[in-house]
Amino acid sequence: MSADITTKTPEAAAEPPPGPAPVDKRVPRGHQRLLTRRDRVALAFMAGVPTILHVALVWVTALASILLAFTTWDGIGFDSIQWVGLQNFRELFTNNPQFWPALQHNVIWFVALILIPTPFGLFLAMQLDKNIRFSRVYQTAFFLPVVVSLAVTGFVWQLIYNPDTGLINSVIGANKPGHYIDWIGDPKLNLWAVLIAASWRHTGYMMILYLAGLKGVDPSLREASALDGANEWQTFKSVIFPTLRPTNTVVLVVTIIESLRAFDLVYVFNKGAQGTELLSILITNNIIGESSRIGYGSAIAVVLLVISLVVIIPYLITTFRKERSG
Amino acid sequence: MRDLSPSGLSLTGPSRRGVLRGVGGAALLGAGIPLLSACGDSGSSSDPKTVTLGSNASDAVPKKAFASVYADFKKTSGITVKVNTKDHNTFQEQINSYLQGTPDDVFNWFAGYRMQFFAAKRLATPIDDVWAKIGDNFPDAMKKLSKGEDGKYYFVPLTTYPWAVFYRKSVFADKGYTVPTTWDELVALCKKMKSDGLVPIAFGDKDAWPAMGTFDQINFRLNGYDFHVDLMGGKAEWTDPKVKAVFDHWAELLPYHQDGFMGRTWQDAAQGLVAKKSGMYLLGSFVAQQFTNKADLDDLDFFAFPEINSAYGQDTVEAPTDGFMVSKSPKNKDGVAKLLEYLGSPAAEEMYLKTDPSVVAASNKADTSAYSALQKKAFEMIGNAKTLTQFMDRDSRPDFTSTVMQPALQKFLQNPKGIDNLLTSIERQKKTIFATS
Repeated sequence: MSADITTKTPEAAAEPPPGPAPVDKRVPRGHQRLLTRRDRVALAFMAGVPTILHVALVWVTALASILLAFTTWDGIGFDSIQWVGLQNFRELFTNNPQFWPALQHNVIWFVALILIPTPFGLFLAMQLDKNIRFSRVYQTAFFLPVVVSLAVTGFVWQLIYNPDTGLINSVIGANKPGHYIDWIGDPKLNLWAVLIAASWRHTGYMMILYLAGLKGVDPSLREASALDGANEWQTFKSVIFPTLRPTNTVVLVVTIIESLRAFDLVYVFNKGAQGTELLSILITNNIIGESSRIGYGSAIAVVLLVISLVVIIPYLITTFRKERSG
Repeated sequence: MRDLSPSGLSLTGPSRRGVLRGVGGAALLGAGIPLLSACGDSGSSSDPKTVTLGSNASDAVPKKAFASVYADFKKTSGITVKVNTKDHNTFQEQINSYLQGTPDDVFNWFAGYRMQFFAAKRLATPIDDVWAKIGDNFPDAMKKLSKGEDGKYYFVPLTTYPWAVFYRKSVFADKGYTVPTTWDELVALCKKMKSDGLVPIAFGDKDAWPAMGTFDQINFRLNGYDFHVDLMGGKAEWTDPKVKAVFDHWAELLPYHQDGFMGRTWQDAAQGLVAKKSGMYLLGSFVAQQFTNKADLDDLDFFAFPEINSAYGQDTVEAPTDGFMVSKSPKNKDGVAKLLEYLGSPAAEEMYLKTDPSVVAASNKADTSAYSALQKKAFEMIGNAKTLTQFMDRDSRPDFTSTVMQPALQKFLQNPKGIDNLLTSIERQKKTIFATS
């Protein structure tokens, strides 16, 4: 591979002393020759390996699952793949009692995260930005849930919500026959119960993002608004918040991603039982495990992919447009 | 996982190229993920003194019990069983790719449909030669459970256990309850327990499978074994009025089930029986594992689910059976045959039960003198059964039970009134799933 590179380099061929001069010891002259042969190998690796990994792990797998979405396959041997056209999607949209609720729950997940923990995270960030005493301690405390793995979060919260021995039911005395509050099982409650756990974590995440954004706000802006006699709320509304625009975009994208990839918390919490179905869990239940409805599961994955694209593409377009114009 | 270590990433003081080499190694690993499944049996492939075995016995008690069995086998045959234990659920979830990769020679598995599925996919080796020697050790019901759809043997059963209604002898004696033998008696007993301040039927369905056990019992009591098998095999229709009748019976019993069951595990539900707060619990005999106090355990008893339809009485017992299968191309064929002959002997079963007394031997030749009263009763119940079932998720397609039945039954438990719509939906989904071979 390295030999290829050297022979194909025109400068190398036009070199005055033709002979078999050892490539490594050539006198560096001009930009190209700054790179030794080993460096070029290294560069090829640096560019090549990520490309190969990216193509293999992102594009090939994505395209494979799109193709598989139009087949039925039990995962045993490649000869058992059968082309079924749009049947998986028809089945999914008309016949699957869990699909529409799952989609709805993903949307609720997003709306809830944007409405509650995000403003609350901003609020906390504003408070911490004032350099109050022990701000580091608070910061760590609020950020801690983000560091803890979501699976652990799910496990801890399902202990809190346990109908018999859980913290909440024990405290309010709802663990006796006739008084049960089934936080984990009741489809009217369990999504909200799990969203509280998700918000608990998301608040810390948002706080850190906003805190970083606030640190970047020019202090002279605050001074100017203070001189103009603006109170705290006015300063925030008219001065600080508009300058946080880039942070807000990141927050929006992060929250959308969080709501689309929501999985681990719920899976540990109650495996996505009635009331907490999510697209990601439907995919897992169909593909992983003994059930191995790989074609059908891929069809759900494609739906999720399309939703992600619908959300991400406009974001990328605006970002690139901004970069080009800026 | 030994194959992973020389990737170069662990070198100390990495130079830039060292790191690159590591990345290259990682790229190779990415391309070679299927190779990982080969970790289990690398090295000792052609050793005539070793048989490899993939085990799902990750819980402490069964793990120890199996170890004692293999140690005993080594004493008599000189062959070492190299066990590759995986977490019980993970083993089950990965079984497809495991069997297609380079599986161990022998693996733990379940009898019935779930065994036949892999036999039909040619991922298992028939073992008629072994059965020619061990056949006399087993009753006919076990023989039936060990055969594939092609009539060949693929499975050697080791242990089994019954599903039944568990109760506390002392509670029944104190309150003057008698064991119900018919549906009406059961309902009457539930009413009485409720008025006595007990939870009549302990229940927890957080893991979604316990409800399938209740369905099975009501279905084969009401509609008989043959209909149950047809229904599980996708031949009978879920919209059949017979199925609706099962749910009607269940709905009649639901008010007597423990509240808040959707968020409760079976272990927590069993605690109600331990604390004598619940009167009865329909579960497998593994419920005994939750009785850690010897006095409580001695007080535990069970009865067969009551008769609903006199045409079928109590002739069917749900007795999930665990045992062994041989993978598609075992490396040490002679060793495998010897191991299976030993595992199919009463001696192996007796050895296993010494450590794990929560189950009973699958062979009717095994010595029962060491059995506890509970085990004796379980053994008799299974031995006297006219027909044995395995469990809904072992008797039917796993994709159907896990993606359709588990959510559907949970939906029924939440809303027992919407049965008709639910059954139509189940039948529609069943048709698509069973249409794909």
